[in-house]
Amino acid sequence: MNALELAAVRKNFGKTEIIRGVDLAVPSGERHAIIGPNGAGKSTLFNLISGRFPVTSGSIRLHGEDIIGRKPFEINRMGLSRSFQITNIFPRLSVFENVRCATLYSLGYRYAFWRRLSRLRDARELADQIVERIGLRSRRNAQAGTLTYAEQRALEIGVTLATGADVILLDEPTAGMSRSETERTVELIRRVTEGKTLVMVEHDMSVVFGLADKISVLVYGQVIATDVPERIRSNAAVQEAYLGTSLTES
Amino acid sequence: MEFFLISLLNGISYGLLLFMLASGLTLIFSMMGVLNFAHASFYMLGAYFAYQIMTWLDAALPGVGFWIALVLAPLIVGLIGAAVERYGLRRVHRWGHVPELLFTFGLTYIIVELVQIVWGRSTVPYAVPQALGGSLFTLFTTNFPVYRAFMMGVAIFMLFAIWLMLTRTRIGLVIQAALTHPDSVEALGHNVPKVFMLTFGGGCALAGLAGVIGGNAYVTEPSMGAQLGTILFVVVVVGGMGSLAGAFVASLLIGILQTFAIGLDWSGIDLLSMVGINVDSSSFGYAVWSLTLPQIALMLPYLLMVLVLIVRPRGLMGTREN
Amino acid sequence: MNGVGFRPIDLGLYMAWVVTAILFLVTPLFFNSGFAISLLSQMGIMIVFALSYNVIFGQGGMLSFGHAAYSGLGAFFAIHALNWIGDGRLPLPVVLIPLVGGIFGAICGVVFGYVTTKKAGVPFAMITLGIGEMVHAGALMFPGFFGGEAGISTNRVVGTPFLGFDLGPSIQVYYLIAVWCFLSMIAMYAFSQTPLGRISNAVRDNPERAEFIGYNTQRVRFFVLVVSSFFAGISGGLAAINFEIVNAEQLSAIPSGAVLVATFIGGAMFFFGPVIGSVIFILFAVALSEYTPAWQFYLGIFFVLMVMYAPGGVTSILLLNLRVAKEGLFRALRKPYLKLIAGSLVLLAGVVMLIEMAYGLTLSLGVGSMVKLAGIEFDAATPMPWIIVALLLVVGGWLFGRVRRDFMQAWDGVSQQIESRAGQAAAGGGR
Repeated sequence: MNALELAAVRKNFGKTEIIRGVDLAVPSGERHAIIGPNGAGKSTLFNLISGRFPVTSGSIRLHGEDIIGRKPFEINRMGLSRSFQITNIFPRLSVFENVRCATLYSLGYRYAFWRRLSRLRDARELADQIVERIGLRSRRNAQAGTLTYAEQRALEIGVTLATGADVILLDEPTAGMSRSETERTVELIRRVTEGKTLVMVEHDMSVVFGLADKISVLVYGQVIATDVPERIRSNAAVQEAYLGTSLTES
Repeated sequence: MEFFLISLLNGISYGLLLFMLASGLTLIFSMMGVLNFAHASFYMLGAYFAYQIMTWLDAALPGVGFWIALVLAPLIVGLIGAAVERYGLRRVHRWGHVPELLFTFGLTYIIVELVQIVWGRSTVPYAVPQALGGSLFTLFTTNFPVYRAFMMGVAIFMLFAIWLMLTRTRIGLVIQAALTHPDSVEALGHNVPKVFMLTFGGGCALAGLAGVIGGNAYVTEPSMGAQLGTILFVVVVVGGMGSLAGAFVASLLIGILQTFAIGLDWSGIDLLSMVGINVDSSSFGYAVWSLTLPQIALMLPYLLMVLVLIVRPRGLMGTREN
Repeated sequence: MNGVGFRPIDLGLYMAWVVTAILFLVTPLFFNSGFAISLLSQMGIMIVFALSYNVIFGQGGMLSFGHAAYSGLGAFFAIHALNWIGDGRLPLPVVLIPLVGGIFGAICGVVFGYVTTKKAGVPFAMITLGIGEMVHAGALMFPGFFGGEAGISTNRVVGTPFLGFDLGPSIQVYYLIAVWCFLSMIAMYAFSQTPLGRISNAVRDNPERAEFIGYNTQRVRFFVLVVSSFFAGISGGLAAINFEIVNAEQLSAIPSGAVLVATFIGGAMFFFGPVIGSVIFILFAVALSEYTPAWQFYLGIFFVLMVMYAPGGVTSILLLNLRVAKEGLFRALRKPYLKLIAGSLVLLAGVVMLIEMAYGLTLSLGVGSMVKLAGIEFDAATPMPWIIVALLLVVGGWLFGRVRRDFMQAWDGVSQQIESRAGQAAAGGGR
């Protein structure tokens, strides 16, 4: 069974067709990148998968279960977690609290108001582990709103991870980063998505070719090619879609 | 039949007044994302300014005072609104929408207190001008006042003017765009602060105009804004935030509903006996069944709001939520 | 005052609670007039109410204009329970009456909260206003329960005395309120440190993100509202005992607005903020109101100024200054502060005089004289006082402009120093 499966997914905003019939199958454990020129609909696709927007037609299955029409929190509870293109964290909570909040539901604490947070050792340890893995230990108690941009993006990856989901959607995780920050983030993503299914939207080709097992190319709301990176590189239709942008550049 | 028609007309005139207020509120909200809690206070200012202008002018120029007030008072209120935006609201803008709402909330207190300082705490005799007194027509035994018709006329004229402005002028197009795509307005390259100031001032002027024509039809006193303000928010919630059409439907609906309820002296007991159930003082829930429609008339808008929230949370024609 | 982002100062939480407990115990020994005790009691009630409000507002991010529905309804149920105790129908010690208020407040929270929390943000605020008015309007329709215009009254000296206290003397009522207030404070603080409490912070900060970590934000807001209405009901129960009367006005927009104002001016971002805000509010509403009818106006202006210039409330101002002191830089601010206070006093005198005379004119409609600043009488009908006012305003305005500029310069200088120190620390000991 595929971790994530899209079949004939369409999305219209009013009369405008943004997604025009997308088929996608991501097996468990695969790192799958979605690339495409601006305006192709990549973020829209993510919003459809994570339940932020409703689908016009088609089906989306997570571990074989239909997730169309479900609310975002339901989809998250079923094992899918996502980050956002514009950094989306809890600015007034500390780095540690941000991550810990993301652990609570999956650890079973739900809406508990009779237990003390500080006593929940598993939440605390898990959160600390993740804070360590994303490299923010020195900023553990800093208010998330005061972090640098790259730190906030790392935090967001941490929060996405902390829910314990096994299907992770990352929306342009290295957008706006310097070369060294990008390299660090790629390392981080590679480490933390070990054994999980990753679907990633990216513009930076070096990131894509460095991380992805498979690449899908989305152009005008349709997937024109899905293949391993080397064959995508040499695919004529893909090169044409990028209008001369050489995919061998990095 | 007579009751039905008269109540319908009265309900429509009240509903139109509500819509004058609700449209200004919706325009400000859609354009600037600010919910003007003080909107009903500007309504009150319109009434008081009109009263004062009439009082001053009627000594020298009898009969003309009201007409001058009709133009002057809303202008003054609009200017005050623009100043409030420029020197107050603008500063709060950077903190976000909740502080903006709190600012207008505090403004309500201050405006009410200022009105009380100048005009005192009791009702002022803001009266319908003689030229517009008397009844327009008599339906069986009930008179329909000229002034009611005048109110409806002014309201309809004003709304038509707004509709023209929105669809025919450039600023109108910008506002229309803001109604559905507020973020784009900033990117359009318009002088956004100036547009904000004009919108807020314009919305307040509209509220002031409503006050000029409503204050003498109903009562002019320091608390006139409070009750109306709450109903106003109910209208906006029922109609759907940011929807002018929804506000229109909701205003008329609530106006007619309340007017009919006040006029129909039915109680729950009457309704139950119509289906053959007899209730007396020993029955369970007598306190509820014995309530008459006029008694619960005040509560009807809120009950409608609860109903809408349960059945159709985004309002009758809701678009944006902010 | 902006520019310096502040860290919450580590007071050592236990110290804070101990100090609070001591303050509760000891204050009436110093301020022991009847008026002072009444003031303190009302502060205690307001503190519980405001803290309950901050559970949804500051911690949950939900702005409500109708919170008095819960405290008011709690008060009504409490007062009826109190009357039942008096009739012998309810074998409950009077000291537990606030709990009755709390339980019914929570029940009302479940009923009304189900409807109100269907929406969030600004729509929620408007709905709470509507529901609040609905409850208020409803109160006058059922005089059997709500007592009509006059309300319901009671006698609190009923039932068996608790440990020998019958709650007759007002000092006993104060200590009852103090105990309930302290316990409620601890309970609400504890709540903020639970998973639900913390998740409500997350929902406040970023509701969409909270959904994407698995939480149904509507449920979270609903639960938080019920918790909040429980404590609001407790404050209502305390009010029923203290005043021995409850009427429909306690359900109106007036106390709803009051608790919002009190919470905000104290500082909604901090747990103890509403405590400070409640003290300030009661001082305005109960103490200042003895001296001038314009107290609401002053409060309104104070509130709006806070919204515009210090949205973190009085607490944020205190904390910012404490931080400066902690860095040892307060000396640089001492003189500017003194100049600022002196300069503003002139302006303040002019403004107060203007307002008082205006109120005097409208309210007394005849001889417009009033007592002003240590007993000097002015006749507002004559031009002389107005000339003084004009002078004060002009001079004061100019002075204030000057000293404010100097102060802002000094403040900015200090802020910059603190920020550069923080920057060095991060660079030195960081990654």
